[in-house]
Amino acid sequence: MAEATHAEVHHGEVHRHPAPTGFIRKYIFSLDHKVIGIQYILLALTAVVVGMIMSVLMRVNLSWPGTHIKILETLFPQGAPGGVMTPEFYLSLVTMHGTIMVFFVLTTAPQGGFGNYFLPIQIGAEDMAFPVLNMMSFWVTFVGFVVILFAILAEGNATVGGWVSRLGESFAGGSGTVGPIGGWTGYPPLSALGKIAGPGQGAGVNLWIISIAIFCVGSLLGALNFITTLLNMRTRGMSLMRMPLTCWAWFTTAILALLSFPVLLGGGILLLLDRIAGTSFFIPGGLYVSGSTVPLHNGGSPLLWQHLFWFFGHPEVYIAILPGMGATSHILSTFARKPVFGYRAMVFAIFAIGMLGFFVWGHHMFMSGMSPYSAVAFSILTLSIGVPSAIKTFNWIGTLWGARIRFTTAMLFAIGFVSLFVAGGITGLVLGQTSLDFFFHDTYFVTAHFHLVMGVASIFGMFAATYFWFPKMFGRMMSEGIGKVHFWITFLGVYAIFVPFHAMGLLGMPRRYAQFTEYEFLKNSKGLVTFVTVAAIITVVAQVLFYFNFFWSMFKGAPAPENPWEATTLEWTIPSPPPHDNFAGIIPTVYHGPYEFSVPGAPNDFIMQSDGDGVVADLEGTSGNGGNGHRH
Amino acid sequence: MGRLLGIAIWVITILSVWMFVSGKWWFPSSISEHGPRYDSQFLITIIVVGISFTAAQIGLGWVVWKFRDSGDKARATYSHGNNRLEIIWTIVTAVIFISLAVMGQRVWASLNLTKAPAGAYQVEVVAQQFSWNFHYPGKDGVFGRTDPNLIDDSSLNFVGLDDTDPNAKDDSVVATLAVPQNRPVELILRSKDVTHSFFVPQLRFKQDLVPGMNIHVHFTATTVGKYELACAELCGMNHYKMKAYMLVLPQNEFDELVALPQEQFQARKDELLNKYPLPNY
Repeated sequence: MAEATHAEVHHGEVHRHPAPTGFIRKYIFSLDHKVIGIQYILLALTAVVVGMIMSVLMRVNLSWPGTHIKILETLFPQGAPGGVMTPEFYLSLVTMHGTIMVFFVLTTAPQGGFGNYFLPIQIGAEDMAFPVLNMMSFWVTFVGFVVILFAILAEGNATVGGWVSRLGESFAGGSGTVGPIGGWTGYPPLSALGKIAGPGQGAGVNLWIISIAIFCVGSLLGALNFITTLLNMRTRGMSLMRMPLTCWAWFTTAILALLSFPVLLGGGILLLLDRIAGTSFFIPGGLYVSGSTVPLHNGGSPLLWQHLFWFFGHPEVYIAILPGMGATSHILSTFARKPVFGYRAMVFAIFAIGMLGFFVWGHHMFMSGMSPYSAVAFSILTLSIGVPSAIKTFNWIGTLWGARIRFTTAMLFAIGFVSLFVAGGITGLVLGQTSLDFFFHDTYFVTAHFHLVMGVASIFGMFAATYFWFPKMFGRMMSEGIGKVHFWITFLGVYAIFVPFHAMGLLGMPRRYAQFTEYEFLKNSKGLVTFVTVAAIITVVAQVLFYFNFFWSMFKGAPAPENPWEATTLEWTIPSPPPHDNFAGIIPTVYHGPYEFSVPGAPNDFIMQSDGDGVVADLEGTSGNGGNGHRH
Repeated sequence: MGRLLGIAIWVITILSVWMFVSGKWWFPSSISEHGPRYDSQFLITIIVVGISFTAAQIGLGWVVWKFRDSGDKARATYSHGNNRLEIIWTIVTAVIFISLAVMGQRVWASLNLTKAPAGAYQVEVVAQQFSWNFHYPGKDGVFGRTDPNLIDDSSLNFVGLDDTDPNAKDDSVVATLAVPQNRPVELILRSKDVTHSFFVPQLRFKQDLVPGMNIHVHFTATTVGKYELACAELCGMNHYKMKAYMLVLPQNEFDELVALPQEQFQARKDELLNKYPLPNY
């Protein structure tokens, strides 16, 4: 299709795809990758509110046990009698916070959101390869989100719980929790046994599995689309090594999603069968639960689930963060007014991280009872991933070296990403060692590590992307003033929240404890726990600034020009917001690498990728394809 | 803004490093033979981590401070990178990280890649929601037969001990783990219901207990005293209070205890729990 379009363009004909006119085809069941991208972003913006409220509730429960929260009493009279959270209610918050954040925030906005919107434009395509598939992937994901919300009601609300209970014994609902209490990792047998294993093990778990299975399907469809689009629909001149690093990141992420989500989908189906069909994939024989033996199950392996889950779960970490790395590289270069340092090395590193990410899942399982010999192999492979990660960090700093940095809000968040990625990633050197996991496994040290690196670093990548691309998406600028206040509170806030987690880890504080009151060895943590809670509340409240800025600017922001940041890639050659078919039928040809800033001899300090004019056309070294790395 | 951000990054770095070096929040002191080796491996690692973290953050703060756009018309340096630098930092980080990875297998290998030494004292550990059962073989040193079908919590047969087995007559099942000082201990870890995890911070030791598996682990405790044993794998609503005590006893006190029949064992164990205080934290 792209080829045909070029031919037409070169014959001076312009073929345009008309935009749909009806509201439903335009905004709801849209085939336009840009609308679908925004839909994904709005889904993430909704889901993250749920996830954040849950984290604040958890913090309050840990710092001030017994706090009466009026609204909880009204909404969940059983799970929070008198407004005071029960331990099982707390654990269901842990589960749902993790699930919602990992799947519906960190996997939607970075890839389905910004990737959907900007990958086709950045490679010079008019849409995704399969627009209908694209629409389906969003709506399937949306259904997954509705199901996970329904899980909250099915366990938390007695009436809804009563309805779902009619579906069968394994759907027993209304236990008062806000979903399952198995953590986002849902380890069986706890997650497989049903209501005999305690509250929150009925309908919530089934719906949780169904939601994730649906989500897997949506992600899989999206991944197919991304890969096909990127490989087949690049415009003339857009060689692989001229692609913006964002596209490399989305491409790698799509490959990871394509190979990892099916494994989780399979695992989820097996787990569901164990619960509702009496199979025993993960349930061994001879169990004795809550005062009685478990009949009819035999031969299952709890470790099999862990292998399936983490075979997906580890790549998932990179699915969350690679798009953030791409956006950060892109934004750093733009506001540094410098080409990305070591473009080729960045491409290799992102691919190396993605591929190595498939060989390290066992590091989540050192203490699981898995063969201790395979643990050694997993451990050494795990620390090897530090090498491409370090290469990326060096190159980011190299990009800023000798720069002329413009401190826009997007740039602040991109720099924040680098800082947080280092802070969170580097403790992987501790946790990746088999020996050191004897103490740190399942402590707050782990919680600190993954929240910094896959949680807030990824989110910083998305904040940077939002502030950067908002003008293109909505045709209006976001407020830089509010954006900067938002940055400062958030940047200091997330460090104040997650650095003390390491200290708690050093004390030996286990994760997923509803209270720390039972153990003497945790009594020194009290000050830290409260400090973190206060920091978390301030940081969460500060996000109101972001939401206000986002929705206010959408309607009231200053009108955005075509290229407000003086950036180089193709999305900045078209109006803000872009027309329905992106390039108004005139597909650009690409002549330059993606980051030609401050080229000596060029009239401006940036050269658009599609700039074929005489002055810049012949400038040496700007043709991209990775350069030879030795110039200057 | 650039200077402010540079300073902010430096201050965050200093505070983060301070949190580790202040000593206010550190491991409880170790009580196992491998504990000091564990602690020194952690110290080496955290020094490497600390140096890398500080260097990267100081470097980031520096470029942010130094290379801000000062508003004149000067352009940034035009450079696509430097292959020699890429090769150097790739090799340097690879050597450091892989060396750490290899060093980081030593404590692991000494515990988990070797069998328990001859003469190790065996205890069967059976976890359940939300308590711990420790099964001692008694005077004869032989565990009585257990069978999951015989488990009956209501009649206090928590581990499914077969009363008809002569070897079971002198066995004791109690809720406290007692181990001898300076003698290797082998635990046989099992779970009745869901996955749990055995964690004693002072031991520098952790291992999941997985339903359907018998996991053999071993360690040597070196310091007499009473310690808290926590569950470290989410096991249900009362996970946070699935607690037991581990007593490390002088050899003679230990030998005397484990030779006692069940009821006296129980009583004596309670005395010992009162005798030894928890460490000061």
